[in-house]
Amino acid sequence: MGMTMTQKILADHAGLDQVVPGQLIKAKLDMVLGNDITAPVAVKEFRKIGINNVFDINKIAIVPDHFTPNKDIKSAEQAKLIKEFAREMGIVNYFEVGRVGVEHALLPEKGLVVPGDVVIGADSHTCTYGALGAFSTGIGSTDMAAGMATGEAWFKIPEAIKFVLRGKPGKWVSGKDVILHIIGLIGVDGALYKSMEFVGDGLHNLSMDDRFSMANMAIEAGAKNGIFEVDDKTLEYVREHSTKEYKVYKADSDAVYVKTYEIDLSELKPTVAFPHLPENTRTIDKVGNVKIDQVIIGSCTNGRIEDMRVAAEILKGRKVHEDVRCIVIPATQKIWKQSMEEGLFDIFVDAGAAVSTPTCGPCLGGHMGILAKGERAVATTNRNFVGRMGDPESEVYLASPAIAAASAVAGRIASPEEI
Amino acid sequence: MKAQGKAIKYGDNVDTDVIIPARYLNTSDPAELASHCMEDLDKEFLKKVDKGDIMVGGKNFGCGSSREHAPIAIKASGISCVIAETFARIFFRNSINIGLPIIECLEASKDISDGDNVEIDFETGIIINKTKGKTYTGVPFPQFMQEIISADGLISYIKKQF
Repeated sequence: MGMTMTQKILADHAGLDQVVPGQLIKAKLDMVLGNDITAPVAVKEFRKIGINNVFDINKIAIVPDHFTPNKDIKSAEQAKLIKEFAREMGIVNYFEVGRVGVEHALLPEKGLVVPGDVVIGADSHTCTYGALGAFSTGIGSTDMAAGMATGEAWFKIPEAIKFVLRGKPGKWVSGKDVILHIIGLIGVDGALYKSMEFVGDGLHNLSMDDRFSMANMAIEAGAKNGIFEVDDKTLEYVREHSTKEYKVYKADSDAVYVKTYEIDLSELKPTVAFPHLPENTRTIDKVGNVKIDQVIIGSCTNGRIEDMRVAAEILKGRKVHEDVRCIVIPATQKIWKQSMEEGLFDIFVDAGAAVSTPTCGPCLGGHMGILAKGERAVATTNRNFVGRMGDPESEVYLASPAIAAASAVAGRIASPEEI
Repeated sequence: MKAQGKAIKYGDNVDTDVIIPARYLNTSDPAELASHCMEDLDKEFLKKVDKGDIMVGGKNFGCGSSREHAPIAIKASGISCVIAETFARIFFRNSINIGLPIIECLEASKDISDGDNVEIDFETGIIINKTKGKTYTGVPFPQFMQEIISADGLISYIKKQF
C-alpha cells in the first residue's frame, strides 16, 4: 500500500519500511521544542526521571517567547527556571531576549528544521514546519520531557486529507486567506487526528511565508500535522538558512487519502474568521460594518517579513484611525532589523502604529495589547476563542496582514481596496 | 478502576483557552490553576464541582493550545473523568500522560444531561447513567496506552528505560 508524505517520514524515523494508519510507532526525533509556558512543566517532569543529561544538546530548542520580555514576577521566575535548566544541560539552542523570536518563525530562520525532520514541540503551532516538508506536531510538556530524555516519541500513524492547490491567488489573497478558507470549509475538527497534505501546481504561487502561515493553522482544523510537498522554493529557503542534512519525501502515487479537495487559488477572496472559532469565516465582501478598537499584526502565523511589507504597503502615507490602536510585532530580531532597514518602521510610526519587540504577547492574551470588555480586535494571529486576547466579552477577528492594515486605517474591518 | 459522580455538561469545541485562560499560565501549580478552571465559559463551575464529578463535552473537546495546564486544572478541580464525543489530539495525549482519565463515547456525550449521576468502569469502557437507567459503551484505550496509564503516566513509564 502506498504511503503519504507524513507516513513515509514517520516510517523512516521508526526504522520501518511500511506503516499503516492506526499503527503505533516510536519515532526518533530531530528536534524537541518548548517555550516559557510549557518548558517549566517539562523541566519539572524531566527531573522526576532522575537522569542528568538530555539525549542531545543540539536537538532541543528552548524559546522563551510567550510572556517575554517578562511581564511579571511569576513569568520571570518561569523564564529563569528554563534558562537555568538550559545552561545546566548545555542546551545549545536557548535564546535570551534580544536574540529570541516567536518560536515558529525563529526555528526555520535559524535553520534548525529542514525537510524530512521529525519535530515535536510543546506548543500547538509546532505544525508550522510542515511548510518545509518536515513532520512536526504539537505535544504537551510531559511528552517534551520524555522527548528530551529519550530522543523518541510515540505516534499513531495518521490518515491524511489531500489538498490539491491550483492557480494563482489575487493581489490581496495570501496564505492566511487560503488556510482560513480551508478551515471554514472543513471545520475546526475537519482534520481531527489526520495529516493535511498540500500539493499541486498552485504551490509555486505561494511563497515560503505563505506556506508557514498555512501549515501553522493546520491545528485549527484539528490536524496532527500539515505538510507541503517540497519544491524549488523550499530548497532555496533551506540552502539559504541551514547547513543541516535534509531528505525530501514525496507521497507514493498510490498513497491513500480519506478525502481530496481541489482548491483554485484564483477564486479565493480575502477571508476573515469571526468570533469565536476559526471556522466562522466570511469573505471580505460579506463582513458588514464591524467597528474595531485594536489591530495586531504579528505572531507565529503572520509576523514574517512579507507580512511586514504588505502591512507597510497599505499604511504608507495613511493614518491609523483615531479610535484604533495598531500594534506591529515583527516575529524575530532578524525580521525586526530587516523591517527597520527597509524603512518599514518609518511607515508604521508615521501612520501612528506602535512597533513592539518580538513576543507572542497579545495573541494569547499574555501582554502587549490586551482587550477590555466589549472591545474588538482584528488580528493576524491564529485563534479567536472566547477570552483569547483579554476579557471574555472581547472579540477577535482573524485576518491577513493586508486586511488588518486596511482595517486599522478604516476603523472597521475593511479590504485594502476600500481605503 | 471506577469513577462515579454527577455530570457537568458542556457543548462542542470546549477549547483550552476557556479551560484555563493564558493569563493564569504564569504558574504551573495545580491548585492555583484549578482555582480558575473553566471560568471564561462557566463562572459557576467551581461552586458546582464536587470531588469525583464527571465532565461531559461534545465534539473536539480540548481543542487549541498544547498547554498541559488544561488537563492539570481539570484534574486538580476534582473531576474524575472527562467523557466526550471526540477529543482534540494534544489534549487526549496530555490527559493520558498526566493521568486524567478520559473516554470517547458519542452516545454518552449526547445522552447524558447536566446533573445526571454517572458511573464509569475504565477497564470495560462501560458508562452507566444511573439517573436515566441507561448504559453506554465507550472506546477502550489501546493496550499501549493502558500500559502508560497503569504505570501512572508517561514519566513513570519511561523511567524504566534508564
